[in-house]
Amino acid sequence: MRQPFKQHSVIPGFGVTLGFTVFYLSLLVLIPLSALFLKTATMGWSSFWSVVTDPRVVASYKLTFGASLAGALINAVFGFIVAWTLVRYSFPGKRLVDAMVDLPFALPTAVSGIALTTIYSRNGWVGCWLESAGIHAAFTPLGVGIALTFIGLPFVVRTLQPAIADLDPEYEEAAASLGAGRVQVFLKVIFPGLLPALLTGFALAFARALGEYGSVVFISGNMPMRTEITPLLIISKLEQYDYAGATAIAVVMLVASFAILLAINAIQWRHVRRINGRG
Amino acid sequence: MSIEVQHISKTFGAFAALTDVSLVVPDGELVALLGPSGSGKTTLLRIIAGLEEPDPNPDSGILFHGENVARRGVGQRQVGFVFQHYALFRHMSVFENIAFGLRVRPKNTRPSKEAISAKVHELLRLIQLDNVGNRFPSQLSGGQRQRVALARALAIEPRVLLLDEPFGALDARVRQDLRQWLRKLHDEIHVTSVFVTHDQEEALEVADRVVVMNEGRIEQNGTPEEVFHHPATEFVMQFLGHVNLFRGRIESDHAVFGPWALQNSGSAQDGQEARMFVRPYDLDIHTADDGRPAMKATVTRIQAAGPTAKFELLDENTQPIRVEMPHDRFRAMNIAKGDQVFVSLKDSRVYVEDYVI
Amino acid sequence: MSGASRMSLSPATTPGAARDPLWLRVLLIAVTLLFLGLFLLLPLVSVFYEALRGGVRLYLASLVDSDALTAVRLTLLTAVIAVPCNLVFGLAAAWALAKFEFRGKAVLITLIDLPFAVSPVVSGLVFVLLFGAGGWFGPWLTAHHLHIIFAVPGIVLATMFVTFPFVARELIPLMQEQGSEEEQAALVLGAGGWSTFWRVTLPNIKWALLYGVILCNARAMGEFGAVSVVSGHIRGRTNTMPLHVEILYNEYNFQAAFAVASLLALLALVTLAAKELVEWRARVDMRSAAGTAAGEEK
Repeated sequence: MRQPFKQHSVIPGFGVTLGFTVFYLSLLVLIPLSALFLKTATMGWSSFWSVVTDPRVVASYKLTFGASLAGALINAVFGFIVAWTLVRYSFPGKRLVDAMVDLPFALPTAVSGIALTTIYSRNGWVGCWLESAGIHAAFTPLGVGIALTFIGLPFVVRTLQPAIADLDPEYEEAAASLGAGRVQVFLKVIFPGLLPALLTGFALAFARALGEYGSVVFISGNMPMRTEITPLLIISKLEQYDYAGATAIAVVMLVASFAILLAINAIQWRHVRRINGRG
Repeated sequence: MSIEVQHISKTFGAFAALTDVSLVVPDGELVALLGPSGSGKTTLLRIIAGLEEPDPNPDSGILFHGENVARRGVGQRQVGFVFQHYALFRHMSVFENIAFGLRVRPKNTRPSKEAISAKVHELLRLIQLDNVGNRFPSQLSGGQRQRVALARALAIEPRVLLLDEPFGALDARVRQDLRQWLRKLHDEIHVTSVFVTHDQEEALEVADRVVVMNEGRIEQNGTPEEVFHHPATEFVMQFLGHVNLFRGRIESDHAVFGPWALQNSGSAQDGQEARMFVRPYDLDIHTADDGRPAMKATVTRIQAAGPTAKFELLDENTQPIRVEMPHDRFRAMNIAKGDQVFVSLKDSRVYVEDYVI
Repeated sequence: MSGASRMSLSPATTPGAARDPLWLRVLLIAVTLLFLGLFLLLPLVSVFYEALRGGVRLYLASLVDSDALTAVRLTLLTAVIAVPCNLVFGLAAAWALAKFEFRGKAVLITLIDLPFAVSPVVSGLVFVLLFGAGGWFGPWLTAHHLHIIFAVPGIVLATMFVTFPFVARELIPLMQEQGSEEEQAALVLGAGGWSTFWRVTLPNIKWALLYGVILCNARAMGEFGAVSVVSGHIRGRTNTMPLHVEILYNEYNFQAAFAVASLLALLALVTLAAKELVEWRARVDMRSAAGTAAGEEK
């Protein structure tokens, strides 16, 4: 028997709300996004390929990917420690520290951009120390990495926190009662249990970093082939009225983010399936 | 106000929740829909309320006092519905919860503020919670919430009252009290009521009439005495309390189960398989063979706490048998675990294929 | 005896705090504070430090600058349009998705999250492709003297796009969890659809709704990348606050840039505080709801 489109319900308003949802979604999101792909379709494969494999563009991929990956890795390590500390331990001012984790979400990216640049520039608060150690942070790939670490942090912490809170101490006690040491308990019981959340948080931070613009453009210095991130290339193509070129690069970025989104869904789907037996 | 359900079926995808169910609830009665989970009892209740739609069928109908309400929306049927988990509005006080049904009426039929307040206070007295009007549902005990949900349903002066597992979410002691209270309340207000339960004791104790359901069909519809003492089907027999099952066959004009042979008054054929169901208190135990047809068995467990003494036995084929007897008889007999005893039959029901001997 | 053996096997029976040895706890807390201090607190402090470095008078002067005021006004206007639109959408989407079962629901939920996966720059670009001079509707718009790109409508559209999921995303999981029993109860009691929504549903979701609106508003006022693409950076005309910060900064007018940035940083702090407040209220409500659930178990 064919399933009906919608199960009966006495609750009113289905048609209106679903209709409006689909209408608004299409108008504001789906149609504009499809314009991107249609525009690419008009430019032909060879010109598309030559735009997206231009050495300057490829250099920007390398920087964006590399710095995003580095930022996400740093966040995976330190975000884990932060989340663990905030869930498991208590210390004065914990509530405040916990609230502050969301700062990169809440602070407009342009503001974080100029603030980070000021701190890490040659005579900034941190920059002067790095400088005396011979490290240049602002206007180098390192600066890009710092900015991308900043904006990715809340993703890892906020994804891990509920997972750590859900970790029943009984498992650890059970493992300990079976003779496992603390390190073994961590490696064999705690860490595998948190791995899906950690991977999800890592992927979310990575995806966010790939597309990030505001907090990076100031600190990166935007030197072609060296510190130019991919989103900035889209803007410079637009400023030269090269719509096709901008679109081609945008499509590459969009496909990359969708791939990560898919990976995140796959991680969560697998995790749910393992927990529920089959799902 | 009588309720009449005519030829109602309901399928969810491939699952048939109800199959051609018809039922009449006489005016003023308190009726229990009794069955295991998945038997369709809640679905039937929700269809009566208008919360679910039955499968389309020209012969089907839901009649309140002879008037078909099947096409009316849930808000127009004037039913009082008590949800299993009460569905109290958590952000409203008890008073506001009870007043809700009156306050949302269209202006021309809405009672005045004073009338609403009077009505709510009357209901609060009825449910014996006069002084909790200002509290919020989260501040009440389970039993109190249950009564508030009932008062809220009664506030709109429903033509029929429908209750979904009204005691299902309560602990044993509160359950017992609320059952008796509901029975008393019904005797006072006499609104035609239907409640759903999976607890046979609850159905037998509270209801005027018990409708036993299984797999989307009605197995039996009768008074508590009828369904308990004269179960129409094997399912009803098994569902209402413990039973011992013995397998045997028809031999000429008798149904034979080990040592026992019962007169076959029906038209069962020779050699047909028969099943005999015996309630634990319809078996008797003696320490010596007194000539009555009896089955030899060994006592494996005695549980003497509770209103009766309960025995677990194993017969010669190591089939378990449960027997119950009054304490005084148990004490007089002096049986211990491991003893050999003789089990005889006081009463039984035998089923061959589809009918009862 | 069993108690004693349990003690010896797992010295820390209290969950959490006592579990890890003291030195580890101290070390991890120190790492946390250092990391967050370096990466989060320092930038925040530096914004206010740089803004006030030249004295309060200079600070105030840069805020009442006419271009700065125009930027503030445009930012407010953008939020005032974008937030209510996405609020209405969020409510409609959550109602349709949480209260009903229908085919394609999972796909729809994924599509609603889509703008989060799109780079802000790309979000701006799609509107340039549609409405820019060389875009699909470009010639038609020019012929009718309508301006979307490098004008206010484009800024509003791009902002609506990037803030699109915020309210819906807060509401959908909450409303799915709450189910629809209370609504059913209201309908049985004779309430109409609107009445049920206003009196029963809305009070139950108000904190999540408020939280969604706060997040939506913060992003609407602070969006930089998407707006930057469609605005054209016309000083005093199409500059929002974040864009104005950029212009001032690129002109080496650091003090003024940080002054305007400090307003946005304040907005962020207010957002964080409001979020804490709303979460605290929601926890209080949830605890009472949990009380309901615990009562039911009995």
